[in-house]
Amino acid sequence: MAKVSMTVNGKTVSGEVEGRTLLVDFLRSDLRLTGTHVGCDTSQCGACTVHVDGIAVKSCTMLAAEADGAHVATIEGQAAADGTLNALQQAFQDHHGLQCGFCTPGMVMAAADLLKNNPKPSEAEVRHHLEGNICRCTGYHNIVKAIMAASGQDVSQIAAE
Amino acid sequence: MYNFDFEKPSTVADAVAALATEEAQPLGGGQTLLPTMKQRLASPSKLVSLTGIAEMKGVCKGDDGSVCIGGATNHATVASEAASQYPALAALAGGIGDPAVRNRGTIGGSLANNDPAACYPSAALASGATIVTNSRQIAADDYFQGMFTTALEEGEIITEVRFPVPEVANYQKFEQPASRFALVGVYVAKYADGVRVAVTGASESGVFRWTEAEAALSGNFSADAIDGLSVSADGMIGDLHGTGAYRAHLVKVLTKRAVAAAS
Ligand SMILES: Cc1cc2nc3c(=O)[nH]c(=O)nc-3n(C[C@H](O)[C@H](O)[C@H](O)COP(=O)(O)OP(=O)(O)OC[C@H]3O[C@@H](n4cnc5c(N)ncnc54)[C@H](O)[C@@H]3O)c2cc1C
Ligand code: FES
Ligand code: FES
Repeated sequence: MAKVSMTVNGKTVSGEVEGRTLLVDFLRSDLRLTGTHVGCDTSQCGACTVHVDGIAVKSCTMLAAEADGAHVATIEGQAAADGTLNALQQAFQDHHGLQCGFCTPGMVMAAADLLKNNPKPSEAEVRHHLEGNICRCTGYHNIVKAIMAASGQDVSQIAAE
Repeated sequence: MYNFDFEKPSTVADAVAALATEEAQPLGGGQTLLPTMKQRLASPSKLVSLTGIAEMKGVCKGDDGSVCIGGATNHATVASEAASQYPALAALAGGIGDPAVRNRGTIGGSLANNDPAACYPSAALASGATIVTNSRQIAADDYFQGMFTTALEEGEIITEVRFPVPEVANYQKFEQPASRFALVGVYVAKYADGVRVAVTGASESGVFRWTEAEAALSGNFSADAIDGLSVSADGMIGDLHGTGAYRAHLVKVLTKRAVAAAS
């Protein structure tokens, strides 16, 4: 076992991990931050997407030990302390960007990563950016719409395909 | 996944020393190795992370004009930082997997793994790149030795990859939509002394050069120049995604597209 410490959603945390402990397991089991989901555990679905030092990674495919000293952001840190959703989360709600909600934490974190680097993405850019995030419910359309809306763009013209 | 010891050295020398233990293995971005270990297809006793080694990260310009990429540089960094020097290579890096995979996966990991459907091997072979390790320099023509097989010795680390910059180049990837790897990918690079064409995803022997197309294109760099050529289905990968004959057909189609896009 080795000691790791990192900053998660602005709070300093530490714990004892095995070499093989995945970042997602440290977040979910040790820190009880269960908003980050495990959909596939094979690096395909993106439900486990979090930010490590400001970039999106699949936390099922990164060792907790690799995140030692890093700044980690998860879905739990997205809303304000009083529970007010951020603009992206609110847009997912307003535009029906989720159904069962299983993929949503990963979708929101992937979308936040996109909007940080590309504040007004085109529809094609949004779809391209979400290639590693799988949703089995929505058909993606309303997810794309929510992300476009959160970036301040008019989505009334985006027709369902 | 079986448990293992974890080390994260900050210099190449310390990493080489850490890898001297039996069953120790380097860890790049982990985008291939961790899934493989979860399936228990690999069970190293120790992982030596290379991502804390500053000297192995980043993109720079060599004295001879080549692009040098540190072995632990992730795909997203190559996509952005190599774009002005070698746009075709940057575009290839920007098309690997998905954004999260590109944020972790490294060029050294991709070349060390030499997956028969990976993208980077085609760029390295078509560019006549040099694979630099902690102990030697290996020409791409000698480096790739068949599916998942390379010239690397046990414990040898790819510290840098040097790409001579071509006059023009283009990579065409026919994506397998579920895995996002190349069903077939063709990289064409035109240098002053001739054209090189490397094919990934197609052959049971891994990445290879299509020498007939190279000869035809070196004389006449246009898509029509290879009209008369054909690729044999012998030794091509056949699976549920496509037969060997289908892949052989794609090699020619994609080569023509790459030449058209480059010229
Ligand atoms: C969903 C998904 C989609 C993908 N799509 C594509 C794609 O379209 N095209 C593509 O080419 N790849 C694709 N990949 C693979 C990806 O590019 C990997 O990042 C890459 O193959 C391995 O790099 P890594 O740094 O993650 O290596 P790791 O997984 O850490 O290591 C792989 C192997 O290389 C060894 N190794 C690592 N670094 C070095 C080094 N510097 N020197 C010597 N040995 C080293 C390790 O010991 C291990 O054996 C995909 C992966 C995923 C999960
Ligand atoms: S759980 Fe990590 S990618 Fe699916
Ligand atoms: S809302 Fe159910 S998986 Fe996306």
